[in-house]
Amino acid sequence: MTTLSEPKTVSEVPEIVKSMARPPRVMVTKIGLDGHDRGSRLVASFLRDAGMEVIYTGPWQQVATVVNQAAQEDVDCIGVSSLATDHLLVPKLKKAMDEAGLSDVVVIVGGIVPEEDEKMLHEHGVAKVFHPGCSRDEIVSDIAHLIAARRKVLGDDV
Amino acid sequence: MSTDGRNARLGQDFEDGQDKWQRAYEKHLPGEAKRRNRSGIEVKPIYTPEDWNPENYMPDLGFPGDTPFTRGIYPTMHRGRSWTQRQLIGLATPEDYNARMRRIVDTGATALSVIPCNSVYRGYDIDEVDVEILGTCGTTINTVEDMDVCLRDVPIGDMSIALNDPSPFTLLAFMLCVAKRRGISWDRVSGTSNQSDYISHFVANHMFFRLALDGARRVFVDHVDFANKFLPSWNPVSVVGQHMQQSGATPAEAMAFTLASAVQYAEDCQSRGLDVDAFLPRFTFFFDISISFFEEIAKFRAGRRIWARLAKERLGAKDPRAWRFKFHAQTSGVDLTRQQPLNNIARVATQAIAGILGGLQSMHTDAYDEVLSTPTEAAAKIAIQTQNILREEAGLTDVIDPLGGSYYVEALTDQMEEQIMAVFDEIDAAGGMFEAVKNGLVQDKIGESSLEFQRKVETGEQTIVGVNKYQDDEAINSPPLERPSLETMEAQIATLKKFKQDRSNADVQRALSALSRACGDETDNIFGRLVEAADAGATHGEICACLREELGFGQPLIAA
Repeated sequence: MTTLSEPKTVSEVPEIVKSMARPPRVMVTKIGLDGHDRGSRLVASFLRDAGMEVIYTGPWQQVATVVNQAAQEDVDCIGVSSLATDHLLVPKLKKAMDEAGLSDVVVIVGGIVPEEDEKMLHEHGVAKVFHPGCSRDEIVSDIAHLIAARRKVLGDDV
Repeated sequence: MSTDGRNARLGQDFEDGQDKWQRAYEKHLPGEAKRRNRSGIEVKPIYTPEDWNPENYMPDLGFPGDTPFTRGIYPTMHRGRSWTQRQLIGLATPEDYNARMRRIVDTGATALSVIPCNSVYRGYDIDEVDVEILGTCGTTINTVEDMDVCLRDVPIGDMSIALNDPSPFTLLAFMLCVAKRRGISWDRVSGTSNQSDYISHFVANHMFFRLALDGARRVFVDHVDFANKFLPSWNPVSVVGQHMQQSGATPAEAMAFTLASAVQYAEDCQSRGLDVDAFLPRFTFFFDISISFFEEIAKFRAGRRIWARLAKERLGAKDPRAWRFKFHAQTSGVDLTRQQPLNNIARVATQAIAGILGGLQSMHTDAYDEVLSTPTEAAAKIAIQTQNILREEAGLTDVIDPLGGSYYVEALTDQMEEQIMAVFDEIDAAGGMFEAVKNGLVQDKIGESSLEFQRKVETGEQTIVGVNKYQDDEAINSPPLERPSLETMEAQIATLKKFKQDRSNADVQRALSALSRACGDETDNIFGRLVEAADAGATHGEICACLREELGFGQPLIAA
């Protein structure tokens, strides 16, 4: 597990992130069996470059480990990257999060996710599914807004 | 190669013509921005004899089938024998695989491949992982019995079979046991261990069972040694540039890393006392074909030339078969888009043409829908027919290396060669590929190139139709999912459990103990013991667990 906070490239930190009392904290992970991580590495660097604190787990994580780490790291959001159907484990992840009292943590999924699966993921409380070809701006902005909304609901300093 | 000064050999007419063209060009396109290919090489608007001198024909190109092999590795190339149409297939249960594979053979595939379920890549049996994801991306093969079902009615021995078999090569072990049971001599078992390149798994796609690098090195050499002794028709080594290019390496970097890996593997075999002329002719390569058309063609031509030199001069191979750069290539999945997915058919065809003109020996064309879901059978059929169209309608195989002698392609081949060698030398200076991967050098380079490509897409320097240009809001309809049901997979797990009950556990334990001992005994052959263990009934998961225990657990360096 690596924590990324120093941007490698200079890029615009969006207003919404600047306005937050503390930087958004996002865990970028791959659960299940697949190891293809180009997408998750890219997204991790997008978020870091946009002023977020990123906890990057690498591939092959167990659901239980992800939930434990998310609790310890006090993350606002868990981003699950899926190339080879590993997103089918997200309902298990959500269940384990509920049991650990993390129901309010935002869950997003990115990768090769067929339509039918996207519906299923939304039914299980996934806030957003990002597909291939989705832009950096859309990813950063959507995640920042979801996190701001979460903090508001919690009565946290946004 | 071009020179800055004017080339006297081209005469006054050439100079006058060139000056006139230059003025006209600059008038129409004043201050035009430079264009660069994916490897960063500047691409000029025109190439002339200044850029490549046909007098260098023999040293630079020669004839196909002879050094330096720029024009191809066989005298007849695709006129003599078409490339092998090798579509990767794998899904669900061994029964499902067998049924689908037989239909694919009927549409013209001339060779088979087996893709196992991701649980197999990760070194587990199906009863050790979450049932939801089993069989969704490959076939669940855990035992000799599973392989027997996969290959039912397949004439092993008459067909080339490529196994996407991550080290420790249990799929090959299972197939050898099936051959033995069917009375087929191992002499006749032909094909390739497609995923023997453990370095590429460690670096790029992480599809491995987490054996430590040193242990993987031992298993690799043992497997080559075993093939040398017992499997004369098998290619034990496929060095894979595809994983690294898909992971973000530029075409030049991917070629350099692949060549550096091949040299590493060959030198590892040599230090174990294996004869280079016995093992090197069985090395094969596997590359990505991106849509950067001319760059890919030049990549392959340069790769052939460099490999011939490395095999001969550095590794000391005397058998000309060892100098031949035999490669399989797959059209690039990363270039495909979810937006307007039918456009992917055009992309795959373009990539495939580059591969064919680049002189490949074997090809997989991607299904257009792989960016939407695991490919459907209908889309896989279009991919196969694309190959048939290019070969038999478009006449691409009529002339060998038809772009040879093009000033552009020759100059680009030279430039790619230079750039590939620069990266290769950097890896060499870091102590070779094994060390360079251990300390993260290769991972960093891939990470940086992947970010750079992303930047170009974002700035619009790199067009991707339907994504950053010519977009529309056409709805994206995923094809219906072809996925095994949970019940099917649960039944498969029950079959495995029954298999474990019915076998002789004493035999399995004995065989696994012998495998453990072989790990500590350099004079023994781990792969040979592994075949015995498979024959005794040991499962894939049990074999992998035994090796992890004995040879150490590996964690890849993740560069974000």
